[in-house]
Parts: sequence; structure tokens; C-alpha cells
Amino acid sequence: MASRRDKRDKWASRAVQAGFLVALALAWYLATTRWGVSHLLLPNPLRVLQQLGDILRSGEFVGDLRITLTELAAAFAISATSGVTVGYLLSRSPYLVRVFEPLLAGVYAVPIILFLPLYVLFFGLGPASKIALGATISFFPIVLNTLAGFAHVERTFVAAARSMGASDYHLFRYVLLPAALPVILTGLRMGFTVALLSIIGSETIASLAGLGHRIVNLAESMEMPRMFAYIAFVVVIAALLNTIVSTIEARWTRER
Amino acid sequence: MERGAHTNPLPDPPPQAGEGTQLLCPPHYCIVPQCAFERGDISMTDDIAIRVRNVAHQFGEEGEARHVRALSDTSLDVKRGELLCLIGPSGCGKSTLLNMMGGLLAPTSGAVEVAGKPVRGPLPSDIAFVFQENALFPWNTVRENILLGMLFQGVPKAEREERAQRSLAAVGLADFAEHYPAQLSGGMRQRAALARALSLETGILLMDEPFGALDEQTRMVLGEDLSVLLSRAKKTIVFVTHSLGEAVFLADRVAVFSARPGTIKQVIAVDEPHPRKPAFMTSDKFTALRNQLYALLHDEIRKAMAEAASGAA
Repeated sequence: MASRRDKRDKWASRAVQAGFLVALALAWYLATTRWGVSHLLLPNPLRVLQQLGDILRSGEFVGDLRITLTELAAAFAISATSGVTVGYLLSRSPYLVRVFEPLLAGVYAVPIILFLPLYVLFFGLGPASKIALGATISFFPIVLNTLAGFAHVERTFVAAARSMGASDYHLFRYVLLPAALPVILTGLRMGFTVALLSIIGSETIASLAGLGHRIVNLAESMEMPRMFAYIAFVVVIAALLNTIVSTIEARWTRER
Repeated sequence: MERGAHTNPLPDPPPQAGEGTQLLCPPHYCIVPQCAFERGDISMTDDIAIRVRNVAHQFGEEGEARHVRALSDTSLDVKRGELLCLIGPSGCGKSTLLNMMGGLLAPTSGAVEVAGKPVRGPLPSDIAFVFQENALFPWNTVRENILLGMLFQGVPKAEREERAQRSLAAVGLADFAEHYPAQLSGGMRQRAALARALSLETGILLMDEPFGALDEQTRMVLGEDLSVLLSRAKKTIVFVTHSLGEAVFLADRVAVFSARPGTIKQVIAVDEPHPRKPAFMTSDKFTALRNQLYALLHDEIRKAMAEAASGAA
């Protein structure tokens, strides 16, 4: 139901965004060909593109991508189920909300990536430590949003539903859940994003495989064009995943 | 902007006490979802719909910082088929009393009876509420809101659609059934909330400042419509308001509250048949009643404001 004018504005801003990216690529190209920036620091974008083509054609990325995505899926599955469950259970008691909301918010502010050495010690260098770290880090935004979503439902909604005879099931299904859903979905989206960040990040620090691992290996062997190609690949994958998750969030929120 | 003195022949409106419109529903309000009757020995000739006997209510325990005596030793009979307005300064406990009548709040002492039976929790088949605002579920359309109310109340599925249409038509919102509350004006939202309450077909309607958040013109029109609607519906209505004019225009009787801890100071009868015409608002009778109410309330509002000021210090 967007008007023609809205559509035109949308296309105009899309054009500016595309133009900005083209200008950035051009500056990159000129920096490597004309302005004498060392190829060890910044490879020629055409060579990066060529490497990217090679990576995609050879299918070399499949193994690392599968490992990283499996870690992400496992971590997110753990944090989403535990975060939503714990958040809902805590929200049922005002006392528990008072006690745990500040506590969880406090822990959320701690950079949990600091515990990576400990996680590696516990779970080894393989995927298990990445899954555990990703699940831990993404648990907090999910549990906090679920808690807030359920605990701060407008009192009038509850009173109105009760006055009309709503049972406990009615209240949950038709009042609490729809009221809390947008907040929970935001928490899930945030959790997904930080899970992805922390998994790729921890792969670059201590790992045996995965996209982060591959990028660090290439950096250490000074294969800059190929490393840049992998970075570009990860950026595209991450953007794709975030777009999918945001779209799901927007659709669910709108359809309520 | 020029404000000519000749444009305003009416006296200045009375001072309104500070807004205290929070819903008086602490966490411990009754969560018994269904009606809890004990014994039923009512005579058929009993024409009292709601009987309030020596109820008191306090929030928090004695000695606590948050301790508030909202209502003290209040008794009141609401007659079947009448429209009773509760009016009083902010914090006098009029909303508290309304919530106790509807079983959303348990009195600290005393008892409320509906149809001769003590109220222990919400009575969805006898009592419907209209709240001040924001009581429609924003994630549902107007129609879905109404259907949901009937689902909660236990109306058979086959009847719901038809009753929803009828109640929407009664409030003049038939064309807005598929709108979301956010797409409606404040006045239309309150009409929709009223339609939801009407669809429940209860004998009693409790309205907690239903037009409180609306502008003067909208309230006047809604008040007229409500008067027409009620003259047909034969419902018992208790209506909380801040507005003297609204109370006189709508009520068969007006119960005036004293300042906190509130109790009923006096009940005034408004002897005028429904539906009431806008002309009633300019009659001498209306003005006299309004002035009488204002005189009764004036001291109480001062007292309430003084208490609020000392409480804030």
C-alpha cells in the first residue's frame, strides 16, 4: 500500500546506497593502482574478485561454511529455547523479576568473549566451545527481552480479559503472548546477531575449522587477495542471514 | 490571541485535582476467573443490582511506606436499571470501589453483593467493564476484539458473529469492524470498547472514566449517544467520572465522594428521563444540580490537593 511517492523515495535512497558502495570500490581500486598502497595491506580488488570466483567455483568454502552454520544453528537453538523458557518462567513472579532482571542485565554487560579460553579448556578447540560461547552470549538478550515482554504487559489488558472471564490459557494465548511477541522477536533477532558475531569471532581466536579459522590461516600465510575474498564472502553470508531474520521478525510483528 | 470576555458566559470550570488515572489493580487482585457464588437466597422482587456493605480498602500494610487507605467504610445500593455516577477528587477510591463491584479487587473488609450473592472474583456473565482507555487489544481488529470478549465469556461460536455485528451497529461503528484500534480516533476506540461490553449482554455495565481521555466536544456527543443507547438497553450502570457536567447529564443518581480515605458523602438524585437531550444541558435544573455538586466537591478537592502536596513534600 506504499504510494508512488514512497516508492520513488525508496528507489532514490537505494541508488544513493549503491552509489556509495561503487565509490568505495573505486577508491579501493585507485588506492591499489594509483596511490601506491602496499598490496600486502590492501590487495587489488580485481584480484580479490578473481579469488572469490575461484573459491565459489571450486566449492572450497563448503566445509567451513557448513561448520560455522552448524555451530550457529546449535548455539541459537540452545539460547532461543532456554532464553524464552527461563524468561517466561521468571516473568510469572514480580519478585523474581525484581531480583533477576537487574542481575541478568548486569551479566549481559560483561564481555563474555573473555571466557573463551575457559570454554576452550572445557570443550576443546572444536565446534563445542564455539557453540557453548555463542549460546551463552546470545542467551542474555533473548532472556531479557522475553522477561520484559511478559512482565510488562499493560495491566488494563489483563484486567479487561479477566473481567470478561478469560481463563489462564485464554490469558496466555490471547493476551500475554501477543503482547510480548514483538519484544521477544526483537530479543531473538539480537540473540541471532550476537551468536553469529561471537562464533565467527571465536573461530578467529582458537579453532580447528570454520570460516573465521580459514580467514586467519590465510592472513598468517600472507594470501591477502584470497583472505579478502573470504571476508567478502562472510560479509555477504552474514548480511543474508540478518536480512532473513529481520524479515521474519517484521512479518510476524505485522501479522499479529 | 484575543480572548473576549463576552465569549464565555459560563463560570470558570471547577479546579480539577491532579490526574491519578492509574488502574487500581495491585498484583493481588482476584485471579479467580469464574464467578464464585456461595448461596443464593434472593427474592425475585429485589430491585437492588449491587449492594455494597461497609467496604474498606487499603493498599499495602499498615506502617509500610506505600500504605494507602483508599476507601473507608462505604455502603451503597445500586438499583436495577439505574445509571449511578461516582464522582469525587482524585484518589478518593471511586475507581477502587468500581473494581471491587466488578470483582477485580477484593475489599480489605466489608462485602459486595451482586444479585444477592457475594462477589469473589470477576462475574463475566453479569458484569462488563469499560475502562478509561487502551483496554482494546491493539493486535486485534475491532471485530476480533469483540469476538474475543465473547470467547472469554463463553458465548457459543455460532452466536458471536451476529452479536458482534449488532453491538457494532449500536455504537455506529459497523463500517470500522476491520480497523485496528490504532487506526481509530480516541472517541471511536471508546465506542468500540463499549461495543465489546454490550456484546457480552450483561445486566450490569461498570464504566471507569470511559470518556476521561477525550476532548470536551467528543465527550458531549458520546454522552448523548450513551444516554440514547441506555434508555433502550435497560442496563444497570455505574459510571466513574471527573466531570460534573457529565455526571449530571448522564446519571439518575450521583454519589459524591469525600477526599481520601474516601467514602460516600452524599447521593444526589437527577430526576430527568432518558434519553436526555442537549437542551437539558442548558436548563436551570441542570445548572442548579451542577452547582450543588460543585459545592459538595469543592472542599473535598481542596482537601485532596492539600494531602497530595503534603504527601509529595
